[in-house]
Amino acid sequence: MKKAYLLLADGTLFEGKAVGYEGSSTGEVVFNTGMAGYQEVLTDPSYYGQTVCMTYPLIGNYGINFEDYESRKSWVSGFIMRELCEYPSNFRCKTTLDAYLKSQKVVGLAGIDTRRLTRILRNSGVMNGIIYTEGFEPDAAAIEQMKQYVVKDAVAAVTVGERVVRPADGEQKYRIALLDFGVKYNIERELCARGCEVTVLPALTDPQDVLSGGYDGIMLSNGPGDPAENTQVVENLKVLIASGIPIFGICLGHQLMALAIGAKTQKMRFGHRGVNHPVKDIDADRTYITSQNHGYAVVGETVDPAIARVRYVNLNDGSVEGLEHIGRPIFTVQYHPEVCPGPMDTSYLFDRFLENIDSHKGGNR
Amino acid sequence: MPLRKDIHKVMVLGSGPIVIGQAAEFDYAGTQACRALREEGLEVVLVNSNPATIMTDKAMADKVYIEPMTLEAVKEIIKKERPDSLLPNLGGQTGLNLAMDLSADGFLDEYGVKLLGANPETIAKAEDRQMFKDTMESIGEPCIASKVVHTVEDAVAFTEEIGLPVIIRPAYTLGGTGGGIAYTWEQLREIAATGIMYSRVDEILVEKCIAGWKEIEYEVMRDHKGNAITICNMENVDPVGVHTGDSVVVAPSQTLSDKEYQMLRSSALNIITALGIEGGCNVQFALNPNSFEYAVIEVNPRVSRSSALASKATGYPIAKVTAKVAIGYGLDEIINAVTGKTYACFEPTIDYIVAKFPRWPFDKFVYADNSLGTQMKATGEVMSIASCFEAAIMKAVRGVEMKLTSLIMPKLKNWSDEEIKKGVSVVNDERLFVICEALRREIMTIDEIHDITLIDTWFLHGFQNIINMEKELAAAAELTEDLYLRAKKLGFLDRTIEELSGKAVGALKRLPVYKTVDTCAAEFDAETPYYYASFDEENEVKPGTGKKKVLVLGSGPIRIGQGIEFDYCSVHSVWALKDLGCETIIINNNPETVSTDFDTADRLYFEPLTPEDVEGVVNAEKPDAAIVQFGGQTAINLAAHLEKLGVPILGTPAWSIDAAEDREKFDEILEKCHIPRPKGDTVFTEEEAVAVADRLGYPVLVRPSYVLGGQGMEIAYSEQDIREYMQVITRHKVENPVLVDKYMMGREIEVDAICDGEDILIPGIMEHFERAGVHSGDSISMYPPLHIASKHKDTIIRYTRALAKNLAVLGLVNIQFVLYNDEIYIIEVNPRSSRTVPYISKITGVPMIDLATRCMFGEKLRDMEYGTGLYPERDYYAVKVPVFSFQKLRDLDTQLGPEMKSTGEVLGVSRDFGEALFKGLTGAGFSMHKKTGNVVISVRPADKQEAIPIAEKFEKLGYELYATRGTANTLNRAMVATNAVYNAFEPDKHPNILDMIENGEVDYVLSTSVKGRHPELASVKIRRCATEHAIPCLTAIDTANALLQCLESGMEIPNCEMVDINSI
Repeated sequence: MKKAYLLLADGTLFEGKAVGYEGSSTGEVVFNTGMAGYQEVLTDPSYYGQTVCMTYPLIGNYGINFEDYESRKSWVSGFIMRELCEYPSNFRCKTTLDAYLKSQKVVGLAGIDTRRLTRILRNSGVMNGIIYTEGFEPDAAAIEQMKQYVVKDAVAAVTVGERVVRPADGEQKYRIALLDFGVKYNIERELCARGCEVTVLPALTDPQDVLSGGYDGIMLSNGPGDPAENTQVVENLKVLIASGIPIFGICLGHQLMALAIGAKTQKMRFGHRGVNHPVKDIDADRTYITSQNHGYAVVGETVDPAIARVRYVNLNDGSVEGLEHIGRPIFTVQYHPEVCPGPMDTSYLFDRFLENIDSHKGGNR
Repeated sequence: MPLRKDIHKVMVLGSGPIVIGQAAEFDYAGTQACRALREEGLEVVLVNSNPATIMTDKAMADKVYIEPMTLEAVKEIIKKERPDSLLPNLGGQTGLNLAMDLSADGFLDEYGVKLLGANPETIAKAEDRQMFKDTMESIGEPCIASKVVHTVEDAVAFTEEIGLPVIIRPAYTLGGTGGGIAYTWEQLREIAATGIMYSRVDEILVEKCIAGWKEIEYEVMRDHKGNAITICNMENVDPVGVHTGDSVVVAPSQTLSDKEYQMLRSSALNIITALGIEGGCNVQFALNPNSFEYAVIEVNPRVSRSSALASKATGYPIAKVTAKVAIGYGLDEIINAVTGKTYACFEPTIDYIVAKFPRWPFDKFVYADNSLGTQMKATGEVMSIASCFEAAIMKAVRGVEMKLTSLIMPKLKNWSDEEIKKGVSVVNDERLFVICEALRREIMTIDEIHDITLIDTWFLHGFQNIINMEKELAAAAELTEDLYLRAKKLGFLDRTIEELSGKAVGALKRLPVYKTVDTCAAEFDAETPYYYASFDEENEVKPGTGKKKVLVLGSGPIRIGQGIEFDYCSVHSVWALKDLGCETIIINNNPETVSTDFDTADRLYFEPLTPEDVEGVVNAEKPDAAIVQFGGQTAINLAAHLEKLGVPILGTPAWSIDAAEDREKFDEILEKCHIPRPKGDTVFTEEEAVAVADRLGYPVLVRPSYVLGGQGMEIAYSEQDIREYMQVITRHKVENPVLVDKYMMGREIEVDAICDGEDILIPGIMEHFERAGVHSGDSISMYPPLHIASKHKDTIIRYTRALAKNLAVLGLVNIQFVLYNDEIYIIEVNPRSSRTVPYISKITGVPMIDLATRCMFGEKLRDMEYGTGLYPERDYYAVKVPVFSFQKLRDLDTQLGPEMKSTGEVLGVSRDFGEALFKGLTGAGFSMHKKTGNVVISVRPADKQEAIPIAEKFEKLGYELYATRGTANTLNRAMVATNAVYNAFEPDKHPNILDMIENGEVDYVLSTSVKGRHPELASVKIRRCATEHAIPCLTAIDTANALLQCLESGMEIPNCEMVDINSI
């Protein structure tokens, strides 16, 4: 059995065993605290450029199936777990996690003290690292490169090349334009299931084209990377906001909308990645358990209260979890109502989006 | 919303005595709740009949009522205390049912008492089968399809709707007689027909068979705002069919993808929302392993055994939060005590795996039916935490104290391949080990075993990994570091590694590091030092505070003979140590207890109580000293090991424990102190035993040496008895000697004393109602004693002082005496805490554990406020009555004897002895409302004379007497008119004693017999029959007298004074 290693930017070295693809890969090392849902995590485009460490020790227990992909491929730079299950068991299981990692060329590392790694990341913040199989040891230059690594041009890397139309399940009631910054399939599924025909558009689609497409509303997807990097998208969003069309933004979509109204985003120490984050809806005085995956957050004080207000906050650290625009049918959330993985408690937000569309249509009439 | 303004005085209901299915978890829940309520400045009135609990401590509530958990008694207490609210959902089914009854007849409304946490409609929706089904249907949650039918045709028609296989359950038959699973239409017709025939009302239930589906549980929580969260989910290793209390359970679920996990989670939250529960709730699901189909099996609208497990598994204090939610707080307003930063409104995520393993009583009850099914049989459980499934299982198995150190069960080595293969399909307490043996011998594949057991292959592969390691170790030419470490990570003990490999671990030896249980997988820093062992790189144990560090060993799983009372002692010791300025460390592995609450000790190690596991903690903590005398035999057994590790034992030294158990050493001490004991001798062979018995004269008491708790003890009345006993005992263990003692059928007396090395303090002397011969744990015990002359009390004090001194007791000692022919003899000395410590502490007000702990630190009794010698007797009587779980253990003989059988106890407290006895018996489940009826008597020859006055008393009360022939003859000859009935060994003749019992014509049964135990014996059949029909069955003449005393008094609960222990 081959060994594999993780070298962190601070010089910490973890030795474990090689799983998945053999090779070497640099990324921003992050941890995810979900106890299930590794298949969704692997295929979530928001993890582009990141090496993910699962805090739950037993990964791969139910294998890989054909239904739970969240995009067409895996995007992670590397995958770290304590123990990879060799004999998965589940009625939908089609292959093992190991085989999948190999097929996706994801360099894997197992058999390390993942809790120790997590504690390092928690205390010092996310850190770059290089994960490599025995025989692929990095040289000094590669290590230096790793230290300098930043996730760049992430949206461009994950967005669709050209528009794709997904028909509604059953009777079509709405036409939705979905700007793809790295969309998870389940955003599309949730909309289609509610009678939406969803047109997935490349991230940099001209806003006029969007507005002239005859859509009832615009969905802004999740996605990877530093939101502030996407200056053109932000400019485009300003046009869409001004049009008055109903918009719903999730995760990166939420951050980009915040930037478009003049707010700022900042990098968090280690972000939120898991399925147990409590978010309080201040209006309703209700707290929901949400699925999250983000390393940047909107700075609350920079949101102009004349344009939008912070309606959702994280109960643990008070960070901004969602904005409600004043006088416009626009709201955005930092968390993932489409889940996959995670608790489905906030999927009603899709209904709210469609209600906004209904009343907007009514208002127009 | 914070605390409700309309709540000031809350009554909390406990769960009563420990029985199978309702154990220490409710003491843990109740204790947490009481503290949570008092934190808010609320006045708490506690009711619980169980004196061994921590929740009934003075300090836990403002008013503490150790009174029967009956509707009448609780009503009286409400009338007296006038609480404004009642918290019903922390006292198990007992508490919930009482609350329902109180509400049902309008009593709560009449007295203005609000029900907190759940309303009667909610409880009914969850508890009433039909209402539950209707509710689930209305919210679209699937239940198991079933229908009551009266004809085969209807059964077939319904099965056509739901599909085969189906389970047929005949109504009103005992133990499911006539029912079964139908896989084919032919079988269906056949079983349905038999079922209808067997049913008294020609009625059967046809139910969709989901045996083999995965059994998954969710612990969920909701507040009045509607916030609803999941604390933890759990997966049973045994599929549906085995009671979850008897299943090996892991947390979180292992074989569910996020889709399945979330599907069931959503369902659980839908249910708690639809039921409107405010607080904790448990939802059990069956999940089809081949699809997304599921069914809701059961909902418990209260905290439960599973919620205790979930609390310990995640660090989330469910009971505490439930109490806070009940008095008005939102989950988003309650701080998560583990992180100190985050709120209770989040879902714990864990980065380890938890396994729960049941502790069954079949080692003691060898004749009891050990098959597992829908009736829970375990008395307790252990939990283990590890980084992988294999290690979790290994830790659980060695922690359950069944003399196993791995998955190898030695006795299976003698089984043939055929027996093993057959054993795989027999669902009982040993099956897991049989499965492992089948894998070990490679006589069955994982798939074959899965096909039979329907246990998920994921778990079977886990067992296989362990067995592969066993083999790798056995085959290894050299024990390399790599191999050793891999074995350690899979949970192997050094001892097992050495046994299997035949090589010394030597310099390879590594001890574990410790990781923190923090509710959040390290995302936030944890404030609570709650640890588990892991063979890893980083150690998270925080440095000490510089205070003296003292290690307290817990008592492991609850079992017959070692119950919740030892947890009471351990916890009190921790509290006393904290007061003494020490930093306290607890090691224990019982998830049901208060001692394993993360804020009991300063540091909690959730680990098995084995030498190696303890060594790891000692290495990590380097404690200055350890205390073993409060953790029962489990902790005592580790005393010598701790000394070897260089940890000084506080209190009584290890040699003293040995001296008390070693006959020769003990005899020397007795001789030195001039204390008489029943004559006896040590023997090795059958012939020697017979010779000694002849010399002493029958009856004699025979027992193996070095076994406590009365295990394997019997009274022999004849040579034949001796021979039979010796044949059985030598078949099992030849190397251990057997003790033969003169059996003195006198009055048994028990004391617990505190000794500071010079002086002693006896808080109280206890007298047993039953004569010597019934295990002290199964006897009715009274304080203060009624029949002990003061000269004998003086003797008892003298003997106790002498023994304590000569055994170098420092701390607690428990001594049992017998008063025989006006002389005091000693029977047994246990230089440790005992079962009776909690109740004597409470009734006398002497904080025994606190004093004992202080003595260990050099304080002297004469400088404390309670004096020395015998503490003045109180003007209250306290009668402890044992409680049994006989109904749940089929084929177990209920006759009391030298082997302990009770699972719990209740206390009756009053200024009047008769009233205390009446309350005790009422609390133990005797209903004495009916003053006339029928009594059946069948006693052994030795009891016949004493049965006469008993029969006479029943007759005077107006009872009709029935007796088997011999007994009837004796009674009639004594002019007590008695009807003769046929015995159980003459089933074809009528009127038969069994018919009478089965037909519900009997109110009391008095049955004693020379022989017992074996389920085929007529006397055992009589007692089982009574037990299964819930008819009180007395098996000792003295117990019968106790009952008669109450019946004669004509006492009723409303006429009794309800006593607040805190006001004594």
